Amino acid sequence: MKDYEVIIGLEVHAELSTNTKIYCNCTTEFGADPNTHCCPICTGMPGTLPVLNEKVVEYAVKAGLATNCEISRFSKQDRKNYFYPDLPKAYQTSQYDLPLCEHGNLEITVGENEDKYKKNIGITRIHIEEDAGKLIHDAYTGDTLVDMNRCAVPLIEIVSEPDIRSADEAVAYMQTLKSILEYLEVCDCKMQEGSLRCDVNLSVRKIGEKEFGTRTETKNLNSFKAIHNCITFETNRQIEELENGGEIYQETRRFDDVKGIGYAMRAKEDAHDYRYFPEPDLAPIVLSDEYINDIKASLPEMPHIKKERYIREYALPEYDATQLTTSKYVAKFFEDTNAICNNPKAVSNWIMGDLFRMMNEREIEISECKISSESLAKLIELIDKGVVSSKIAKQVFEEMFESGKNPEQIVKEKGLVQISDENAIKEMVERVVLNNPQSVADFKAGKDRALGFLVGQIMKETKGKANPQIVNKLLIEILNK
Amino acid sequence: MSVSKEDVKHIAKLSKLYLTEKELEKYTKDLSNIVTFANELSSIDVEGVRPTAHILDIKNVFREDIREASYDREQILKNAPTKEAGCISVPKVME
Repeated sequence: MKDYEVIIGLEVHAELSTNTKIYCNCTTEFGADPNTHCCPICTGMPGTLPVLNEKVVEYAVKAGLATNCEISRFSKQDRKNYFYPDLPKAYQTSQYDLPLCEHGNLEITVGENEDKYKKNIGITRIHIEEDAGKLIHDAYTGDTLVDMNRCAVPLIEIVSEPDIRSADEAVAYMQTLKSILEYLEVCDCKMQEGSLRCDVNLSVRKIGEKEFGTRTETKNLNSFKAIHNCITFETNRQIEELENGGEIYQETRRFDDVKGIGYAMRAKEDAHDYRYFPEPDLAPIVLSDEYINDIKASLPEMPHIKKERYIREYALPEYDATQLTTSKYVAKFFEDTNAICNNPKAVSNWIMGDLFRMMNEREIEISECKISSESLAKLIELIDKGVVSSKIAKQVFEEMFESGKNPEQIVKEKGLVQISDENAIKEMVERVVLNNPQSVADFKAGKDRALGFLVGQIMKETKGKANPQIVNKLLIEILNK
Repeated sequence: MSVSKEDVKHIAKLSKLYLTEKELEKYTKDLSNIVTFANELSSIDVEGVRPTAHILDIKNVFREDIREASYDREQILKNAPTKEAGCISVPKVME
């Protein structure tokens, strides 16, 4: 294992979030009844004429600019021929030798803390193409059923250079790309629905060797976990094969993430022969400098730029800034909340701590959370003003997350207002001191832990509502009398 | 012959066509003639001529991204010889 190096290139497919398909006016909406989003054009009827959706070009150019690509002034579409039941035309309209975008790169950050490093991954090209339909296995009849709703949903394929050297780098690359596509609003990036997925090209070679080994291609991975597991599995498989004197075949593979194993898909003799040729039904795409510059000017602030700004403007640690800007929606939530309460570190702590924890537990996205930026800002203000203790605030937050109620209402309903009345606290402190002579003696003997115990007793009696600063102050005063 | 029997077999396979020995002979001859004819073009000097991406002098034929109604499913599935559960059904696809 140590003697080998793994070489990985990713082909990422992103479904563009246009209203309509790439060559016709059918909707791209996900999840409808089979074959209800179809017309003669997207089902490949003879005699139909496809016309390119202008948004597809715009979105692909956006993705190209955001990944530092050169945008082609002259580009064309080609037919990629193959027979498969999910492709009614028997060819996929794609781009062969003149893609829309070329020669880009993406900077990724891999690992954490001391092991963290940055790396540049080359992007070979980004081209536009159409998606294929969906095949459903009918367990009853044993037949395969064809749903053509997804046929001709627009895709961009982003092809990386073979610059990736580990599963962690592959996942970091994919995460960075996802974040950029989300910021650009060109893809909804719902990996579980397949709107963002990738193929892994992987080979291994002994360290020091110059030539690449034979590579395999594992198709259609649609979660970060599956990408990571697939790479680990395939790396080990290839090394083991070579160590045992075997040979790696250039083949297309699948990875079953539930079972954790990969398997070969198509036989070797069916090696791809796509017979690309220029698409005669579609006109070349010729882009002016003005068109490209207009799009460049319209690009939103990208995650890495936003991150730098958060560090500068809000004085947040780099870790916080990274966490907050990875998702565009989290960043927006942060900015909206902070605009009201102007306490960046507190907002950041709540988001990275309790909010992320509860989102993970429920496996939901921030857009699905009931909590609003107004109510989080209000909660932070309640803490700042001493109305609730930070400990009680956690309880309030959970309630806000569950019910979507505003914090003031929760505090009122549940009687959670912090006790800051010195006289009331003093009375309790005196009682606790009186009831715990042993702890008092311990404290006087220099055991600081006894103080903690006494504070705990007071908090217990007030169900955590006593203002801890006041409790501490009064307790020390009384003990030192 | 500019096209071999093996070439024709390969093309037939990619097109999911099954040819008899007699057909194989015939298509090898026919395709050879076609390719030989097309190869005449190679004798023309195209030095400095830009490759043709489209035979018409057109560019940027685009459509606005506005939804329109799709066809009724019955209409879409009308030509399918076998259907099941709103889908075209085909013999089991092996991976």
